[in-house]
Amino acid sequence: MSTNTLVHVEVNIHRDDIGARLGMWLFLFTELILFGGMFIIYSVYRFTHQEEFHLAAQELNTIIGTFNTIILLTSSLTMVVSIVAIQKQKRNLSLLFQMLTIFLALFFMVNKYFEWTAKFHHGIYPGSDTLLNENSGHILFFGLYYMMTGLHGLHVIIGVVMISFMMRFTFKGIVTYDNYVKLENTGLYWHLVDIIWIFLFPLFYLIT
Amino acid sequence: MASDAAVIETNGNEPSYLDYKGKHSGIKGWLLSTDHKRIGILYMIGILAFFFVGVFLGFLMRLELISPGETIVSAETYNQFFTLHGVIMIFLFIIPGIPAIFGNFFLPILIGAKDVAFPRLNLFSWYLYLTGGTLALLSIVMPGGPADTGWTFYIPYSVRTDTNVILSLSAAFILGFSSLLTGLNFITTVHRLRAPGMTWFKMPLSVWSFYATAWVQVLATPIIAITLMLVAIERLFHIGIFDPALGGDPVLYQHLFWIYSHPAVYIMIIPAMGIVSEIIPVFAHRTIFGYKFIAFSSIAIALFGSLVWAHHMFTAGMSDAGQLIFSLLTMIVAIPSAIKVFNWVATLYKGSIDLATPMLYVLAFIFLFSIGGLTGVMQGVISIDIQLHDTAFIVGHFHYVMFGGTGFAMFAAFHYWMPKMFGKMYNRKLAKIAFWFIFIGFNFLYFPMLVMGWLGMPRRYYDYLPQFHPYHLISTIGSWILIIGLIIMFYNLFKSLKSGPIVTEKNIWGGETLEWQIDSPPIHENFTEIPVIEERPYVYKDNEPPVEKEETV
Repeated sequence: MSTNTLVHVEVNIHRDDIGARLGMWLFLFTELILFGGMFIIYSVYRFTHQEEFHLAAQELNTIIGTFNTIILLTSSLTMVVSIVAIQKQKRNLSLLFQMLTIFLALFFMVNKYFEWTAKFHHGIYPGSDTLLNENSGHILFFGLYYMMTGLHGLHVIIGVVMISFMMRFTFKGIVTYDNYVKLENTGLYWHLVDIIWIFLFPLFYLIT
Repeated sequence: MASDAAVIETNGNEPSYLDYKGKHSGIKGWLLSTDHKRIGILYMIGILAFFFVGVFLGFLMRLELISPGETIVSAETYNQFFTLHGVIMIFLFIIPGIPAIFGNFFLPILIGAKDVAFPRLNLFSWYLYLTGGTLALLSIVMPGGPADTGWTFYIPYSVRTDTNVILSLSAAFILGFSSLLTGLNFITTVHRLRAPGMTWFKMPLSVWSFYATAWVQVLATPIIAITLMLVAIERLFHIGIFDPALGGDPVLYQHLFWIYSHPAVYIMIIPAMGIVSEIIPVFAHRTIFGYKFIAFSSIAIALFGSLVWAHHMFTAGMSDAGQLIFSLLTMIVAIPSAIKVFNWVATLYKGSIDLATPMLYVLAFIFLFSIGGLTGVMQGVISIDIQLHDTAFIVGHFHYVMFGGTGFAMFAAFHYWMPKMFGKMYNRKLAKIAFWFIFIGFNFLYFPMLVMGWLGMPRRYYDYLPQFHPYHLISTIGSWILIIGLIIMFYNLFKSLKSGPIVTEKNIWGGETLEWQIDSPPIHENFTEIPVIEERPYVYKDNEPPVEKEETV
């Protein structure tokens, strides 16, 4: 009787972990190309306005940038640990590390907030008089800076929402040691957020 | 698949997907359905509705051009007409068109699957489509009116004009995501859900074309998404990205725009080629000639088509070396397209051709697509392009490829698959009458554009010099003939939905692909038992006489 129900369930619910991962990877391609469009714009303007980009980049706070890089890299680690924990049937440990990841992500956003408000304070924001009086390379640099880090920040927030859902799923037993593809895909997404930052960091903060 | 071993027993008692009662019933059973067939029908309703709006705008534009000077609308309104016509026809009709309607409905059936890989994502894509469409229509009623930039949204005008550019941009952005998610879904479906025995080279050719298209959708769409978003944000916040007043580079915008929008024309045409490859063997009663060449040419078009974008910009400022490379690559894309045409014609050779309505549309496709394709190669020649750039020749070429190609293939698909989708048959005689109206009207409408464009008539002008009057007059009269044909065709199709003769036969045309082995209309999950595929598709035995079909329904 019990085996019959089991068979019945298997027939009706379509589950394909490889398919789910394949779909996620395809989605990650599209995200990479989405940012790729902006990386093209960045490289073209960097090429045409070398001196001006060089000077503008010096206005960014490398210390906050470095700090945020460390935070985000660590959050990728905690994400991986949470997946390993669920594989080893340690649900509470997994929940803890998912929470840590969210915490680090929020920490990143708080830093970003202070960084942006400091810039706003100095009158450097899109369409501001201070910025519009600068040379065009300067305007383009900060235009790209706000666009690219802003879009990246949006992805961090989406990631936080996704991980929160995963915590709920883990808590309710939807994500389990033998069915964790949702958490795994969230992890993949989170690493994408991480890797984009790894490219943004040197382009904006380090090459001065 | 024609072999007796693969004949699928369907349970006659199971209700069709149209009558199926799931968790929800009534209208909710449709709006919340994750059944790929119902979603296909939902797309069909949306896409046809927007198509009619687009046709009406096109009709008004032709009416304006019936005589020189201001006839019915002002220059400003005319600009808004062609922008809206372009946005609707491209983003809401022809890009989703065949993949969203027929891909959704038939892709899983053709590979022997019960549904697509992500059914809920599929429904979500439809809602994105609807949202995008609503935004596009909303721009008409909002103060400022619809965008007047042309569907290309070229910088700097698109950041300066007072019309509702942001709404149109967001519409295109959201529609892009709808198309992208559909592509993602199809790739995963083809990789994961093929029936046992359905190896890559046993897949029907339309599946190959949907697969190639899906890759272009996934890899190219994000570029347009980010580019259009940047223009919208540049308008909103005065961020310096493309606007030359802020140091930006308008030509860079054009590059990014065409990096997507050129591959997008292959998103539009490759599925149409798949439909043609599907219909020709059925009505010629011959095995398709050069299966692998047709399959790989779809992939080749997708590949090379992604590398030719700058041929839209020969006059925009580019290095000589760049021009030469892009010109050469443009010629190369013509090769896989020509391979397909030769294979189709070779399939027809010595076939016993049945000139049913779907076949008429497909033959017209080959004729019109050849004109459209060859005029395209002409524009790939740099020196000729300098003369033809931004003339009515481009408009003529584009409509020959897109309407004469994709549009006709879509009409063919309606007539081919309608008995399967709804279990109803249309009036065959009326369908043929409609075809001749559409075919003749089409050529009257667009051929003069090629001629007057060659003579120097610019595109996107609401007014013209008197010497162009005869061409415009013929073209406008052609538009009326075409529209009469469209009215007859859709009247015929819609009427048959209500009162057409019921088709119970599974295989009404004598097709050899999987959809013809299941019930008409199909049951909820297509197959009672997943089929095992043993033979290649399109195998027609020489001694097998063509089925007489005219009498049956």
